[in-house]
Amino acid sequence: MMAFVRQVLVIMSKDLRAELRTKEAINASLSFALVVLLLFSFAFDPSEETTREISGGLLWIVFAFAGTLLLNRSFARELENDCLDALISAPISGAALFLGKALANYILVLAVELIALPLFGVFYNVRWTSQFWQLMMVIALATWGMTVTGTMFSALTVNIRLREVMLPILNFPILIPALLGAMQLTSALVAGKPITADNDAWLKMLIGFDVMYTAVSVVLVETVLVGG
Amino acid sequence: MRNKILYIIGAAALLLLARDMYLITGFPAERNQGAIFKIIFFHVPMAITALTCAMVAFVASILFLITKKFQYDALAVAVTEVGLAFLAGNLITGSIWGRVAWGIWWAWDARLTSALVCWLLYAGYLMLRNAIEEPTQRATFAAVFSIFAFIDVPIVIFSIKWWRTQHPQPVFWGGGSFPPDWSAVFGWQVLAVMLVGVVFTAVRLRQEQFQREIDSLRRMAHAL
Repeated sequence: MMAFVRQVLVIMSKDLRAELRTKEAINASLSFALVVLLLFSFAFDPSEETTREISGGLLWIVFAFAGTLLLNRSFARELENDCLDALISAPISGAALFLGKALANYILVLAVELIALPLFGVFYNVRWTSQFWQLMMVIALATWGMTVTGTMFSALTVNIRLREVMLPILNFPILIPALLGAMQLTSALVAGKPITADNDAWLKMLIGFDVMYTAVSVVLVETVLVGG
Repeated sequence: MRNKILYIIGAAALLLLARDMYLITGFPAERNQGAIFKIIFFHVPMAITALTCAMVAFVASILFLITKKFQYDALAVAVTEVGLAFLAGNLITGSIWGRVAWGIWWAWDARLTSALVCWLLYAGYLMLRNAIEEPTQRATFAAVFSIFAFIDVPIVIFSIKWWRTQHPQPVFWGGGSFPPDWSAVFGWQVLAVMLVGVVFTAVRLRQEQFQREIDSLRRMAHAL
């Protein structure tokens, strides 16, 4: 068990180190998030009250797009010099490799989100800090769902044609329930309304989504890595 | 032999459809909706068939991952394509009904939205298959994705249901009811549409087998 945890952490720190030395994916993701935030201000009048009401939705569209850029790189990074083959033949389980990569992606996507969030608050005049901890919880849960399926599909699409396009095509429809829940909760939270019995079903759904897809991914990832 | 069975099933489906069509035309118009309500005799059986296809695809995908036998992969892709066609039929008939009853082609209602999401999920499955050349890899990855998609179906349905509901309460399992002789026709109609689905799947399955034979012959020719 301890060995497994250590393997996960080794893969995670390897991925984080590789990314922080080049910063290519995280820079691309951040600037993309900024561009989308800017584009939305043309589509919706940022000073209007209605825009504030849909702000949770806007925010998650930004997160999902920017996250996809990071997730695309997760396994594609290993293609050079046949690193992926080396990783697969390394004496660690597919589950450890997957969880390590998923955790690294999780940290990177969270970092981009936490930088984009205050900018979003400034640009759209949203007081997102009023329910700070509950908002953090929603972001943590929904981002994990996004990363776990995204990392899986990153492994699924790494060797195929149209890799960059296939990931969002596969990932977004699967993510719709999680994104929908995150959008509903975030819109309520940034409007200053805490989570109550009315909308905590979304929270339960997010937790269920995370648990279920983490379990299925861990079970199936070996098949994908070996079958690929 | 297999051809004969297929022809028999196909003929049975056609006869049933013709008989149901005759009976359905004879039904009186519903008080509020008029004749358009009769579309339910096609709309709902298509949804049931599509859902059955998704279930079969799920089971076939799991069986493929366990046994690595390609006939399960062929079955999975065949039923997924057929199910997608039936789901499209379900969406289109629903849209026609909505135009008459609601005055709009599309509403972001729970059932419509979740049907559309499911359609996109399984369209993604076919796109994934198209993007992979190598047969073992294609079958494995597609099976994994099919499992992911099938797990998503109930989550999609429930989450979108909490989101909003405009669809009329389903006539079956809650809400309204049919007079008994209509229910019988409805049952037969479900059977008829299912049989059409079986025939489509069998034809598609055979294409898939021929394709594999052609591929292996081609490989042999290259090896010579």
